[in-house]
Amino acid sequence: MLSGVLALIMLAAFFGLVLGFSAIFFKVESSPVVNKIDNLLPQTQCGQCTFPGCRPYAEAIAAKKAPINLCPPGGEKTIQALADLLDVEALPLDESEDTDPIPLVAVIIEEICIGCTLCIQACPVDAILGAAKQMHTVIESECTGCKLCVLPCPVDCIEMVPIKQTLSNWHWQEPQYSVNNKTEETIFTSIQHVLSENAHL
Amino acid sequence: MFSAQSSPFLKSAPSVSKMMLVVILALIPGILTSIFIFGFGVLMNICLAILSAYSFEAAMLLLRKRPVMVYLKDNSALLTAILIGLALPPLAPWWLTVIGVFFAIVISKQLYGGLGYNIFNPAMVAYAILLVSFPAEMTTYWQTPTALISQSEVSNIIPVSLGLLDTINFQFFSQLPNNLTIDALTSATPLDVVRTSTLTGFATISEIQATGTAFGMFGGIGIEWVNLAFLAGGLFILRKGLISWHIPISLLISLGFLSLLFGSFELDSNPSPLFHLFSGATMLGAFFIATDPVTAASSHKGRIIYGAGIGALIYIIRSWGGYPDAIAFSVLIMNMCVPLLDYYTQPRVYGHD
Amino acid sequence: MSLHNTLYKLWPFPGGIKTAGKKELSNQQAINSSKLSRYLSIPLSQHIGSAAEPVVNVGDSVLKGQVLAIAKKDVISAMIHASSSGIVIAIEERLLAHPSGLSSLCIIIETDGYDQWIEHSPEKNIQSLTTKQIISRIGNAGIVGMGGALFPTAPKLTTAVQQTVETLIINAAECEPYITCDDILMQKRPEEIILGILLMKKAVGAKNCLIGIENDKPEACQALINAIQGYDIPHSDAKIEIIQIPARYPAGGEKQLIQVLTGQEVPSGKLPMDLGIICHNVTTAAAVYQAIYCNEPLISRIVTITGGAIKRPQNIEVLIGTPIHNILEQAGLDKEKVEKIILGGPMMGFAVPSVDSPVTKATNCILVSAKGELDSASPAMPCIRCARCTESCPMSLLPQQLYWFAKAHDIEKSQQYHLFDCIECGCCSYVCPSNIPLVQYFRSAKTEILIDRQEHKQSNIARERHEFRLQRLERIKQTKAEASRLRKEKLARKKARDKENDNKTDKNNDLIKEAIARSQAKKTLQQAQKSTPPKATDK
Repeated sequence: MLSGVLALIMLAAFFGLVLGFSAIFFKVESSPVVNKIDNLLPQTQCGQCTFPGCRPYAEAIAAKKAPINLCPPGGEKTIQALADLLDVEALPLDESEDTDPIPLVAVIIEEICIGCTLCIQACPVDAILGAAKQMHTVIESECTGCKLCVLPCPVDCIEMVPIKQTLSNWHWQEPQYSVNNKTEETIFTSIQHVLSENAHL
Repeated sequence: MFSAQSSPFLKSAPSVSKMMLVVILALIPGILTSIFIFGFGVLMNICLAILSAYSFEAAMLLLRKRPVMVYLKDNSALLTAILIGLALPPLAPWWLTVIGVFFAIVISKQLYGGLGYNIFNPAMVAYAILLVSFPAEMTTYWQTPTALISQSEVSNIIPVSLGLLDTINFQFFSQLPNNLTIDALTSATPLDVVRTSTLTGFATISEIQATGTAFGMFGGIGIEWVNLAFLAGGLFILRKGLISWHIPISLLISLGFLSLLFGSFELDSNPSPLFHLFSGATMLGAFFIATDPVTAASSHKGRIIYGAGIGALIYIIRSWGGYPDAIAFSVLIMNMCVPLLDYYTQPRVYGHD
Repeated sequence: MSLHNTLYKLWPFPGGIKTAGKKELSNQQAINSSKLSRYLSIPLSQHIGSAAEPVVNVGDSVLKGQVLAIAKKDVISAMIHASSSGIVIAIEERLLAHPSGLSSLCIIIETDGYDQWIEHSPEKNIQSLTTKQIISRIGNAGIVGMGGALFPTAPKLTTAVQQTVETLIINAAECEPYITCDDILMQKRPEEIILGILLMKKAVGAKNCLIGIENDKPEACQALINAIQGYDIPHSDAKIEIIQIPARYPAGGEKQLIQVLTGQEVPSGKLPMDLGIICHNVTTAAAVYQAIYCNEPLISRIVTITGGAIKRPQNIEVLIGTPIHNILEQAGLDKEKVEKIILGGPMMGFAVPSVDSPVTKATNCILVSAKGELDSASPAMPCIRCARCTESCPMSLLPQQLYWFAKAHDIEKSQQYHLFDCIECGCCSYVCPSNIPLVQYFRSAKTEILIDRQEHKQSNIARERHEFRLQRLERIKQTKAEASRLRKEKLARKKARDKENDNKTDKNNDLIKEAIARSQAKKTLQQAQKSTPPKATDK
């Protein structure tokens, strides 16, 4: 009886020591969770999550001070990725903000622009070029579509336009048709349609 | 906006429903032989199974809000039903068939997500559940094969065959024609006879041979012809390219090899490889059950291991297990191994080491 | 010298499918020329890489063969030439013959009907051309890979020259059903092909040359053999081997052809050049001949026009930029029968969004199917794991696994199962009994992953810019704070100094006051001395 108890205690102590030491010696350095979260956020820096940028939001999520569904630009995909990373349930997107899944880009109507530099100050990624009393312009490739420049403009010369589809960003659609919804007609533009558009044939 | 359909615009493959239909056609010689040997009970089983399979399938599709007609037309339920009908004892009461089909279609297939999503072979799930739940019914209602009737002089039983109406009467109302008992109608299957005798040491192979109750010309008495017919049907679908050779051939080789190996040690307590290959549901299992693509391994290597595994398990269970035949359990056990087999037998991709 | 070796050892490739060739529809007729269209719209991007830059303006008149747009410098690009003489009436976006149905910049020429060539003369001194000259002329002629890859030929050859290339493989397999443009070219103009091949061989310095041709083209094969025997090819150029390979789709895929002819596999993510092999299409070889022997740029190509709804299936030499409907008219379109119009073959082609879109350097076939001729997309059924797709895959991939991952948008798993090794040949979809559009799933998954990578890159840039901005703002704040601190200090110093100064002034004032007081005291003293005469005292 006593020897059995002793043996168990010895064993427990031994394994405790082994585990304790291995926890110290084989510690896996992982990048801080804030970086991982930040990496999943779309970096539009739009502030729609009510935090001043993506990193502050990432910090808030990491500190469990904010839910994971506040990022409209990231959409469901980001929520899902965050849920996977943090091992929490994916919440539906918080729709309090007007959400638009189409990626946008800001365009300055140059005839109206008075060169007030307010938008330049608002842009979180320095994607607007221009100087005081000079016409401003948006570097399209750098614009994240955050809309932060729209409000400050005193003459309403900034428009958000959808990113134009070109051959370089076009992609094949996932097949839509299945047994459940027979949508052959929508998938296969019937040749009659093609021909009728070309009446001269 | 123009929405694109991707190439290719050519298709060659037979549709799933056509594939199933051809497999069913290939079963017909075996079905006819089976009816000839075991009487109208087989036919009744198949008909009842088909009827209940379609009912269960339609009901489940409705419940799952799937297009009923599209899926009923895929013929997969039909094939499952026929396999169950063939696997059950010919004189099985009607409720046995219906319960079997229920487990096959509802539990094993539809609850897993329908065609293509089931892990276990539906027909074999049905058989295994019935065998475990109703062991008496599953083993006693084997009508004495007609082949044995002709040899009635050698055996000490007086077998009788039932007509169609009498069969229906028995299956549905358990009523037999006057002056007939169920014992007079049925007899143990060859595999059962051999297993009981050899396991208990009751009789040696040569002694059983003398009674003429188990051994036919080359396989199990009566059932050997059914097996031969399924072999013919199996070779037909193999020729047609509907199944690949890997599973049936490796299954038969592994079963044959093991029975040869152990048979050569103790000749008198182990039946010959031919007996194993042409008894029970060996050929049906090798060509029509184990080759079910949904539940079988998908790579060539995986299929060979899968088939060989089933063959080995059949031999092990038949020789040392608690059940006379073993197709169902062997197939189900190997079904469990399929994900593992598929994972470890992936082909080498072009341009990769 | 050169031989047709039927005993050449071939290696089989896994999978593949046997298709009904349907080549007999169009491989017996002579090559016709297309009728000159009133308008030609010539896209600026007919190749992989950057679009060419226009060098003509609206209103310019151009001659046939004149350069319309030049290849962009320092990137992969190709020259674009006028296919006929006329006036440039617009440079604008036009609907492209592309599965997207998108538009892209085109130069539109209103032809004048004279079809007048720009001044050019055949090259006489072929043998004296250096490698560099050959390649630069190929580049100037705007030649791209005509087998469908559309990679500009000149940069490909330049890279090949920098590496050691042992073997030049000429792809004459033309494995896709219906298409016969390579076949007919070999039958009718074998000399051009052989001379073009010799030039490319010389350019890359390859030791040997293999022409892989599927064995369902005996006439084309014989024509090539005759051409080689008929020409007096210098011994240094020796060894062109014409090798018949079994007709099995996709034997004409670059990787499969290399495997069949050499037994080697192109390592994933590498190029044939890493094995010392370079592949070119027969049509490209003929274009090289045109460019160097005749000094004519690539302004036309042979297009197969075929299918059940075409009254006179044939091969037509079409000027680049000719609208598709022109060719349909020429070959006779049976409007009653038409079901689909497909550009390219039935295995890898795509349905055209509009018959107004122009023929480009890539257009090898226009297939107009009659109803019931091609697959009429029956609804997809669930996968039954029959593994026919796996057995048919020439790359030994697992299409059924990839299908699940693509459907679940599982980016990591898709790549782990080598999605990007898929060559989109269509064999898996072809054999699928459940009618699952596997290739489309793979195409969409590939683009999804690429876009995801792009977005991630973009968001990283945005993060950097944002952080930079924050740093900048911080810096400005610090500078401002520093400046105000300095100003304050200065002010403080000044104040201190002022105070000191004030003190000094006080002192001065005191001094002044003292001085004033002193002077006043003196004054009073003097006045007092003046007003009171001196007293006579004891004298």
